[in-house]
Amino acid sequence: MTDPTAAAAGSTATRDSESYVIAAEHVEDVVAKPGKPRSLASDAWHDLRRRPLFAVAGSVILLLVIVALFPGLFTDADPDLKNLAHTREPPSGDAWFGYDLQGRDVYARVVYGTRWSLLVGLGAAVVTVLLGSVLGIFAGFAGGWVDGLLSRIGEIFFGLPFVLGAIVILTLFRNAGVSGALPIVGAVVASLAVLSWPVAMRIMRSAAIAAKQQDYVKAARALGARPARIVFRHLLPNCLAPVLVYATIALGAFIGAEATLSFLGIGLRDPAVSWGVMIADSRNFVRVAPHMLLFPAGFLTVTVLAFVMLGDAVREALDPKMR
Amino acid sequence: MRGPRWTAAVIPLSIALAVAGCGGGDGNKSGGGDPQKNDNTEITVFGTEPERPLVPGDTNESGGSKIIDALFTGLMDFDPVSGEPRLANAESFELTKPNEYTIKLHKDWKFHDGTPVLAKNYVDAWNYTAYSPNGQQQSSFFAQVAGYDQVSTADPDGDGPKKPPTPPEKTMSGLKVIDDYTFTVTFTKPHAIFKTKTGYTAYMPMPDVFFTDKEKFLDHPVGNGGFEYVDRVPDQELRIQRYKDYQGSDKPKINHVKFRFMDSDAAYVDIKGNQLDFLDTLPPQAIAGNVWQQDLPGRADIADVLANQTVSFPLYDKKYQSKDFRHAVSMAINRQEVIDAIYEGTRKPATGYGVPKLPGWEEGACGKWCEYNPEEAKKLFDQSGWKGGIEITSNADGGHKEWVEAVCGQIENTLGVDCTFVPVQEFGEIREAINAHTMDQIYRSGWLADYALVENFLNPIYRTGGSSNDNGYTNPEVDAKLEAADSAPTEEEAFALYHEAEEMIAEDMPAVPLWNNPSIYAWSDRLTNVRMTPKRELDLSSVEVK
Amino acid sequence: MGRYVLRRLLQLIPVFIGCTFLIYVLVWSIPGNPFAGMCGERPCPDSFIAMMTDKYNLDDNVVVQYFKYMGNLLTGDFGETFSGLDVGELISLRYPVSVRLALVAVAIEAVIGLVAGILTGLRGRGFLDNLVLVSTLFLIAIPTFVTGFVIQILLGFQWEIMTPTVSSEANWSELIIPGFVLGSLSMAYVSRLTRTSIAENKRSDYIRTALAKGQPQRRIVWVHLLRNSVIPVLTFLGTDIGTLMGGAIVTEGIFGINGVGRLVYDGILSKEGVIVTGVVVLLVLVFLVINLIIDLLYAVLDPRIRYD
Repeated sequence: MTDPTAAAAGSTATRDSESYVIAAEHVEDVVAKPGKPRSLASDAWHDLRRRPLFAVAGSVILLLVIVALFPGLFTDADPDLKNLAHTREPPSGDAWFGYDLQGRDVYARVVYGTRWSLLVGLGAAVVTVLLGSVLGIFAGFAGGWVDGLLSRIGEIFFGLPFVLGAIVILTLFRNAGVSGALPIVGAVVASLAVLSWPVAMRIMRSAAIAAKQQDYVKAARALGARPARIVFRHLLPNCLAPVLVYATIALGAFIGAEATLSFLGIGLRDPAVSWGVMIADSRNFVRVAPHMLLFPAGFLTVTVLAFVMLGDAVREALDPKMR
Repeated sequence: MRGPRWTAAVIPLSIALAVAGCGGGDGNKSGGGDPQKNDNTEITVFGTEPERPLVPGDTNESGGSKIIDALFTGLMDFDPVSGEPRLANAESFELTKPNEYTIKLHKDWKFHDGTPVLAKNYVDAWNYTAYSPNGQQQSSFFAQVAGYDQVSTADPDGDGPKKPPTPPEKTMSGLKVIDDYTFTVTFTKPHAIFKTKTGYTAYMPMPDVFFTDKEKFLDHPVGNGGFEYVDRVPDQELRIQRYKDYQGSDKPKINHVKFRFMDSDAAYVDIKGNQLDFLDTLPPQAIAGNVWQQDLPGRADIADVLANQTVSFPLYDKKYQSKDFRHAVSMAINRQEVIDAIYEGTRKPATGYGVPKLPGWEEGACGKWCEYNPEEAKKLFDQSGWKGGIEITSNADGGHKEWVEAVCGQIENTLGVDCTFVPVQEFGEIREAINAHTMDQIYRSGWLADYALVENFLNPIYRTGGSSNDNGYTNPEVDAKLEAADSAPTEEEAFALYHEAEEMIAEDMPAVPLWNNPSIYAWSDRLTNVRMTPKRELDLSSVEVK
Repeated sequence: MGRYVLRRLLQLIPVFIGCTFLIYVLVWSIPGNPFAGMCGERPCPDSFIAMMTDKYNLDDNVVVQYFKYMGNLLTGDFGETFSGLDVGELISLRYPVSVRLALVAVAIEAVIGLVAGILTGLRGRGFLDNLVLVSTLFLIAIPTFVTGFVIQILLGFQWEIMTPTVSSEANWSELIIPGFVLGSLSMAYVSRLTRTSIAENKRSDYIRTALAKGQPQRRIVWVHLLRNSVIPVLTFLGTDIGTLMGGAIVTEGIFGINGVGRLVYDGILSKEGVIVTGVVVLLVLVFLVINLIIDLLYAVLDPRIRYD
């Protein structure tokens, strides 16, 4: 429905046809911001804002981030304080989630554990995407033997079974004496990234190859633009979308992977509290103290779910075919 | 190591007492079995995959010894009811000179391949184990035999690239074959304990085929015990069956036994469902909340094992040199609270360096140093001037994580200092640091007795140069006291002197005694006459099927 | 086509060597003496360590060791573990179990995933569609070990419908539930992939033409729609077999399955490069070969794809 005021206010000379079409479809928005045409990104953002999936996931994640940054707001208890007198007590007024074997407050541990899980997920996602994207664009753009070499190297890492590779790398770090909360997190992030970068590289590479064929890139080349400019100005913005989708889903997967590694005993450990460790510790006591399992497992599920939902929503928003 | 002269008399009594406790109550095994079923049923016993090939002189861990103990019988063994040591393969075992034994074998014993068990089978086996280039783990068990230093050489630079020199001799001068069935063993110094020790795995005979065709032996081990080897599936199971021509007095009643190598959690599920016949140690999930008592009524029991649990200080690291600090750590731990929370109260707090049921052993040698006293502990801790946090390390499996974390928690709460449990995945890592004296954290330790005497809990660990003195503890006064106890003329005097030595050790606190380590074991409905040996194994010679 | 296959096979070799060398080096570089803990609570005699170091070539540098090892491999000798067991025999006992588990998992995920995806893809928005979407979301989100754990506790311990652990023979029926757990994540992907694929193709021109021509619905779905939609799914399933065989270690641990995963896990911890590399060699080989077969199948199924 065309708003006559908008059509009359902007003179046709300065507007191109695209913005006219957009104006016709999203009247309220354009009234505020005439002029520059909307890109895919802002299009997607507007679409996202209206999806319930995104709203739910987004708010959950926001809450989790706040919990990670300011755990003290949510609990007074010390997650490391052991008190054997309370061993395995079920949830009560004093401790909403009960106590674990060592008499530590499960609720406090779950809250403080958020920080480490998110840190690992975010760290691994960032490193993987950076590493993979750089190599991917380079491979896609350069082509030839560079592409061949990088792809082969990627395949070598890709061929390594994930859990196995992670165990080997983490055992290496552990035996080399890495200890202390942040270094351990670093080790886990490194092992996750080392094993996952080929996927990011592949995505970026195929996007780069496709984009390379576009007319505007050829035009830019013909005009004599330097490769760096082509890469940053033209390729990158268009390749970003699929990688972004991958990154959000991967974040969730990395949090799950960290929990798995901690469950196996080679991931995070004290003083970095991890939900995976809590689940592993509850193994022998499930029959007598199921709350030791339920709450960390619940939080883990919700967190990963939120990121995966977010990734889903982002993908649907960015994918023109799904409209 | 040398043992005191009077021990030869004491051991039968002590082992009787120990095993009487080990056997557990009587509710479980009365009633005989059904001979038909004994012959035709295959019982399954929990085990772990042997870490080395099944050669007695090379087997040092429980997985392998379980099987070796069934396949081999040594010169002596232990009466299953009274626990007294008695002659087995040996017909006579006499001390003919102060440091020489003459041993005569029974003439009708055979190996499972039909060859006779002769004196040379013992002498050749022992020489093989002692000869260091053969790399046998139990070679140090022959250290007291005359001529050992000629067959065993040390690596000059530890782990470095230089190889140890080849020893000048291949046989020990102290072992002599007199005739087919007689041989003598001469020691460098009198060694009274030797007679009992020959019941242990290191001293088994080896058949000729081991020397002529080793591959054939490794493929199908041949022993001289009540059971013979049938077959195995690597990493999964191993089967043995009764040897029909066995001449020993402990002839087994059961015919077919299969050892299953599995996870103890899976084993617990199977024993509940009567799919497994014997499990010697229940996993932590069964102990939590004492669920084993509901799951296995009437077919599980607790056996006292001669084992204790401690944590040790690496005394070669300057950090740990303050006696006040070590005392503070010991007094900061409320042992009973940890036992109640982690073990459902099935253990006893240690009050000394031995365990209950040791003959002549009295509690309380550690005195106030092992009692929970938070104020005093804090005072001593502050006095000691300790800086920084405390770290305790152990391998994370085997249920250790839980108690070490609990102990750490106690230390944290009482002393107000950070205590972290540093787990390692593999026990070998800790062992490596201990061997090289590079350990810088407090570490889990413990002792499982070789024989039932308090002397075994003290001499190897706390005497200067003891074979298991890992943390470099040395106190000449303690050494003198132990020496005096070793050569005391009567038992009472000896026990009193050992007690005094314990008190002196507690004054130094090189290791913190925590509690004893009993074993909770279980069996299936169809077994009867179930008994545990002091080595934590099912007594295969007496068990029967109902 | 032949040249393509040849080229791919040749490319396989450097990747294979690279992968196995990488693993060998990684395990080799884990610090620590592998023999320290083998002698119970006592230090190992020097003679023992010297003998073992010699036997396993541990004094050579890693490249020499790797080549010695690969040389042996080519003659079929997988080496021995530190406790004297033949690695080849161990692997041949355990590998079929892992393969069975992976096949069960793939079968379950294929059947359930395809059915769910087809139904929802055809029907479009509705209760079933939302149900499938939500449940797959959960399956993707919950890590495998949590799923396995919870299922083991519920079905095995609480309700006692199944035995919590799998016996050593590990026959097909016992592997159904572990297979379900193992394949749960992929099942979610398969159903979503199928759904998307069908939903897309549903709107394409040739389907509309077939409808316009008056073809019966069943024919359209089975002959036209399915054949085209299923291609990406088959690709995924194929690579999944390879991935699952290598990645089942958590599931094997929880259900006590005597597969290859547990073997490798223990091998890494005890620094037995022989076991780890031996198994990884097989896994990588299988993975790469299956990838190649899937790519070739791709060309068979979709005539538009041409390799040269």
